[in-house]
Amino acid sequence: MLNALVLLPLIGALCAWIIPDNRLRPLVLPVVATVHIILTALLLGNAPPPSPGGWIWLDPLGKIVLLCISLLFAVCAFYAVGYLSYRQERSNRVLCMGLLVCLSAMGTVTITQHLGLLWVALETTTVSMAPLIYFNHNARSIEATWKYLLLCSVGIGLALLGLLFLAYSTYVAHHDATLLLAPLMSSARDLNPAWLHAATIFLLVGYGTKMGLAPLHAWKPDAYGEAPGLVGALLAGGLVNCAFLAILRVYQICLASGTEILFFKQALLGMGLVSMAFAAVFMARQADFKRMLAYSSVEHVGILAIGLGLGKGALYGALFHLLNNGLTKGVLFLSSGNIHRSYSNKTTDVVKGALTRLPWSGGLFLAGFIAITGSPPFSPFISEYTIVSSAFIDGHYWVGGLFLFFLVVVFIGMALTVLPMVMGAPPTDIAPSDYEDRLLTVGPPLFMMMIILVLGVWPPEFLVTLLIDGAAMLGVQP
Amino acid sequence: MNAFADQLLVLVMLINLVMLGTSRLIFSIRAVAVQGVIIGILPGLIHPFSGHLAAITVVMILAKGVIIPYLISDAVRKAHIRREVEPFIGYVPTLLLGAVFTAFSFVFAEKLPLAPEHQDLLFVPASIATLLTGFLILTTRRKAISQVIGYLVMENGIFVFGLLLTEAMPVMVEAGALLDLLVGIFVMGIVINHISREFSSIDTSRLRALKEE
Repeated sequence: MLNALVLLPLIGALCAWIIPDNRLRPLVLPVVATVHIILTALLLGNAPPPSPGGWIWLDPLGKIVLLCISLLFAVCAFYAVGYLSYRQERSNRVLCMGLLVCLSAMGTVTITQHLGLLWVALETTTVSMAPLIYFNHNARSIEATWKYLLLCSVGIGLALLGLLFLAYSTYVAHHDATLLLAPLMSSARDLNPAWLHAATIFLLVGYGTKMGLAPLHAWKPDAYGEAPGLVGALLAGGLVNCAFLAILRVYQICLASGTEILFFKQALLGMGLVSMAFAAVFMARQADFKRMLAYSSVEHVGILAIGLGLGKGALYGALFHLLNNGLTKGVLFLSSGNIHRSYSNKTTDVVKGALTRLPWSGGLFLAGFIAITGSPPFSPFISEYTIVSSAFIDGHYWVGGLFLFFLVVVFIGMALTVLPMVMGAPPTDIAPSDYEDRLLTVGPPLFMMMIILVLGVWPPEFLVTLLIDGAAMLGVQP
Repeated sequence: MNAFADQLLVLVMLINLVMLGTSRLIFSIRAVAVQGVIIGILPGLIHPFSGHLAAITVVMILAKGVIIPYLISDAVRKAHIRREVEPFIGYVPTLLLGAVFTAFSFVFAEKLPLAPEHQDLLFVPASIATLLTGFLILTTRRKAISQVIGYLVMENGIFVFGLLLTEAMPVMVEAGALLDLLVGIFVMGIVINHISREFSSIDTSRLRALKEE
C-alpha cells in the first residue's frame, strides 16, 4: 500500500502525458487525488510495520506530514480543474505532470526512514516544481524560476554534504556507514562530535534553505509571487512541510546523541526568531499580496522552528502548526489566485473591494488572513498558543515575548494590506474579466477553511493521538 | 595507490583555480568535465575492485564528463555567448580568494578526524576547497551559464567527499543523486534558453524586476 502512494501519482503523470486534450487532462488530478486521500486515510488508521531493511516505514511524524500533503493536494487538484478551464490558451501538460511527480516525491519523503532516499525525493520535489513556477512564461516568472532553482539546488547540495558527513561519522565510529534512521539513532552517542557537529550545520543550512528560514529565504517571495496560486499553495503547504520533516529527522538524531541537541535547538530558535523579524519588517507596506503571503510563509516556518527549538510542550504545537499552516496557506493562495485572475493584477493599488467584486473569494481571503494571524476560533490560534505558553512555562521569557511582539507586528502589517484589498468599493475603471466565482474555484478552499475551523473548535481524537505520538518521537514524555 | 590519488586530488584543486581565472565559458565547461572525469576515476584507486565500483566509475564519467558538459555547451551555443563579462568581483581578486579558501579548507580538515585507512588522503580539504570555489563562481559571476558551472563545481566538491563512502552507500541513493543532478542541469539548461529568449541575453544581473521597493 505504501508503494501505491508513490506509484499512483507516477501513473497519473504518465496518463497526463498521454492525454492529448487540454480540457480532459486536468481531470487526472482529482482522480489521483481522491485515490491518494483514501490510501492516506487507510494508512493513517493501520500503517504497515517497517519494511525488512528498515528503509520504508510510515511513522507518526511521517503520518502528520502525509495527512497535510494529501489533504492539500486533493483540494488543489479539484481547484486546478476550475482554474485551468480559464487558462485554455496554454498547454497544461507540464503543469499536470509536474504536480503529480511532485506528489509522488512528497509521498516518498513521508514514508522513508533512509536519509539518503529522503534527500533524493526532496531534490525531486525541487526540480519538478521549477517548470510550474514558470507556468506564466513571462520575464518575471523566469527570473523567479531561476532564483528558486539555483538557490534551492545549492541549499539541497549542502544538505547532501551534511548527509555524507553524517554517514562518514558512522564509518569512523564502527566501520559500517549507514544513513538509516534507526541505527543512526542507536549509535548516535558513539559518533565523533566534530563530524556530527559539521553534519548538523550543513543539514540545517541546506534544509533550512529549502524550507525558507531567514536569512536563507531569498528565493521565496519571488517564487511564491510569480507562481500560479495553486502552485504557491503546494509550495507553501507541501514542500515546506517536507523540508520540515527532514529537519525533524536531523532533530531526532541530535536528540539521540544527547549533546548535539543543545546546539541544534539554539540554532533553530535563532533562525526562527530572525525569520519572524524579517517577515515582520517586509510584510509592512507590501503592495503585492502574493509576495505578502510569501513573507507570511517565512514567518510561519520561523514559528515551526521556534516550536522545535523550545522543545517539550511546544513540540505538540509545532507539529499541529505544521498542519494548520499548510492548510491555511492553501486557502490564502487559492483565493488570492482567484482575486488575481479577476483583477488581472496583484498589487493593492488596483485590487480594492474584493469582497464586493468577488464575495466568496474575497471572504475566503479575509477568513484565511484572520486564521493565519492566529485569531480564534481557527486552529492556528491553538497551535501558536501552545507554543507561546510553553515558552513562558519553561522560562524562555525573551523568546515568548519576542514571539508575541512579532505576531502583533505581522498582524498589523498584514492587515494594512489585506483590509484595503477586501473592503471598500472596487475601482470602476478596470476591465471586466471572464473570471467569476464558481463551485470548482471556490468550493475547494471553502472546504479547507471549514477543516481549519473544525480543527480549531474540536480537533478529532485520532489527530490528537497522532500529534502526541509524534511529539513523543521527538523526546516528549507522553 | 594512495599517493596517486592524492596527486589527482591536487589536480582537482588546481582546476578550481584555473576556473576562477578564466573568462571563456567553453574552457570552463571543459575544465569542469575534466574534474568530473578525475572524480570518476578516484574511487577505483582507493577501494578494492567490485562490480558496484566499476558501475559507479562508468556512470560518473559518463554523466559528469560527457552528458552534463554536452548539455551546458549546447545551451552556450544556442545562447550565442562565449565569454563571461565583468563579473561582480574581478578575476584576480577571486583567484586570490580561491587560494585563501583552499588554505582555509586545509585548516578546517585538520579538525575532522578521518578513519585510519584514509588518514593521509586529501579528500576533505579537496572537497571543501572545491565546494567553496563553486560558491565563489556562483556568487561573483553574472552569466547564468557561469552560475550553472559554479553549481557543478560545488557538486563536484560534494562528490569528492562522497567517494570515501562509495563502498558503504547503497546504489539506489547514489544513482538517485546523480539522476537528480542530471535532471536539474537539464532543467537549468532549458531555463537558460528561455532567459536568453526573454531578455536577449543570459546576464542574470538583468533579472532584477523582482525586489523590494
